[in-house]
Amino acid sequence: MDKIYSHPKSLKEVPTHYCPGCGHGLAHRIIAEVVDELDIREKVIAIAPVGCAVIAYDYWDFDCSEAAHGRALAVATAIKRVRPQNIVFTYQGDGDLAAIGTNETIHAANRGENLTVIFINNAIYGMTGGQMAPTTLLNQKTATTPSGRSSQLQGYPLKISEMLSLLPGVKYIERTSLHSPLEIIKTKKAIKRAFQNQVDGVGFSLVEVLSPCPTYWGLSPNQALNWIRETMIKEFPLGRMK
Amino acid sequence: MPQKHSNKILMSGNEAIAEGALCAGCTFYAGYPITPQNELIGYMALHMQERGGVFIQAESETAAINMVFGASAAGARAMTSSSSPGVSLKQEGISYIAGAELPAVIVNIMRGGPGLGNIWPGQSDYFQATRGGGHGDYRCIVLAPASVQECFDLMRSAFDMADKYRNPVLILGDGMLGQMMEPLKVQSLKVKGQKFKKPWALTGCAGRKPNVVKSFFMNEGDLEKINLKLQEKYKVIQQKEERWQDYLVKDAQVVLVAYGSMARIAKSAVEALRAKGKKVGLIRPITLWPFPRGAFKKLRNKYLVIEMSYGQMLEDVQLAVNGKKSVEFIGRAGGGVPAEEAIIAKVNKIYHG
Repeated sequence: MDKIYSHPKSLKEVPTHYCPGCGHGLAHRIIAEVVDELDIREKVIAIAPVGCAVIAYDYWDFDCSEAAHGRALAVATAIKRVRPQNIVFTYQGDGDLAAIGTNETIHAANRGENLTVIFINNAIYGMTGGQMAPTTLLNQKTATTPSGRSSQLQGYPLKISEMLSLLPGVKYIERTSLHSPLEIIKTKKAIKRAFQNQVDGVGFSLVEVLSPCPTYWGLSPNQALNWIRETMIKEFPLGRMK
Repeated sequence: MPQKHSNKILMSGNEAIAEGALCAGCTFYAGYPITPQNELIGYMALHMQERGGVFIQAESETAAINMVFGASAAGARAMTSSSSPGVSLKQEGISYIAGAELPAVIVNIMRGGPGLGNIWPGQSDYFQATRGGGHGDYRCIVLAPASVQECFDLMRSAFDMADKYRNPVLILGDGMLGQMMEPLKVQSLKVKGQKFKKPWALTGCAGRKPNVVKSFFMNEGDLEKINLKLQEKYKVIQQKEERWQDYLVKDAQVVLVAYGSMARIAKSAVEALRAKGKKVGLIRPITLWPFPRGAFKKLRNKYLVIEMSYGQMLEDVQLAVNGKKSVEFIGRAGGGVPAEEAIIAKVNKIYHG
């Protein structure tokens, strides 16, 4: 009988600190599976963000670096330039990649760095207690938008993937979601492609993953998945942008 | 590399720092343009790639220092350079580099401040350089060259100390030193490779357990242990790395204390005063941190500190002298430079009594 399911080698067998129903655990596992399947574990160097996934290096079983909040793509740029033979990826949340680190994100993309970016969009700041993210939806209540995000006061949800897809240096951008098994399979395909692109020297590849945060959305895990399906993907439509 | 004429080449301090770094095996430079250090980034743009290294013009000072973090984490000898306002922007990154115990060299060609200030020379970033500069209890090793030759020569020490101690090293110069051209002895331009092993570097985990580069320690007590380890390292650096130059100090009634370009002007004042029979000497700190307290072991009658600031190194001299002798001060900032004549006049005033 063929063994069709096992623990990925690239994922340590330890409990995570993530809340019940959080998407980070799934996303970590998908990355670990892809790294195993592409047989690149011994070449990978990951950059962990500042945010809920700050200790991603406690879960992945390959070389990792921290980065100051928002600076993952500056750190990744240098590592890849110094060691082009390695496979370098960043794992960043919406605050890290699209607020404090917007400048590093845009410029690494525009330079066309041959990097893989996994961008976890959960429309909220989780680690710090549920404040507004650049991707928070209009009318979404957060700790810093207690009456809901107002376009007049806080502007609109930032569509960084759409913005980046305009840049000639960017080779691949896809938005996926973790709200159902089918979408999880699509997410894995996209992430695999983003890594394969780097292996093939294609260039800057980013996968934006819509990910549930039941704790700070004030929903049950199941309701959170429904909220992505019914509300979030209207603002952030799924599919390949480039 | 510039054309050789006899055994010397004419270079600016900024270019000498860049060439010195390349000769010391620096293989990664990221920077952002800012006056008065632009010759440095320009030199790196011209020569880094042909020597097999990586040059990146970063989108900001912040990006540049974080690129240095990444390059160093990947095992390269990495460096950035800037001038005062840009170095303020780098402080967060320098704190992370110190916290993650990564080697790195950061050059500050100081200009007038505070704020945007101006592009004239200054020494007002001494506190920022020697007290840490960013958040947390950390220290950078700080080297202060005073000539174009020393700009070049100190770069090897800077990279070696950075690797040896896994600690950021600052080169603290000023706009005058960066822009000034002087002959540089070319026989010392030898390329030397890296001699320090970096088993902690991120290279991919083939044949070993995964490495993690980080400054984040959440478990109770862990961060305190890391801090105590850093403090032990800083003690060793203080014991071993003090550097300074004495000039006619032995019989001096008044000892001038100045670093960098300011020490050149102070030296001229010493020579003029000696010609008039006045017993005057000069202590020139080369390491600003660790401050060369050894230079003050045998106390002289009087000290006169001269800075292009309103009294920053002054505090370290006062600490070294510990109230036992009088410490006078001349300082100008915002582009003002204490003149030789002003130093001579001050020495004449305090010499007797």
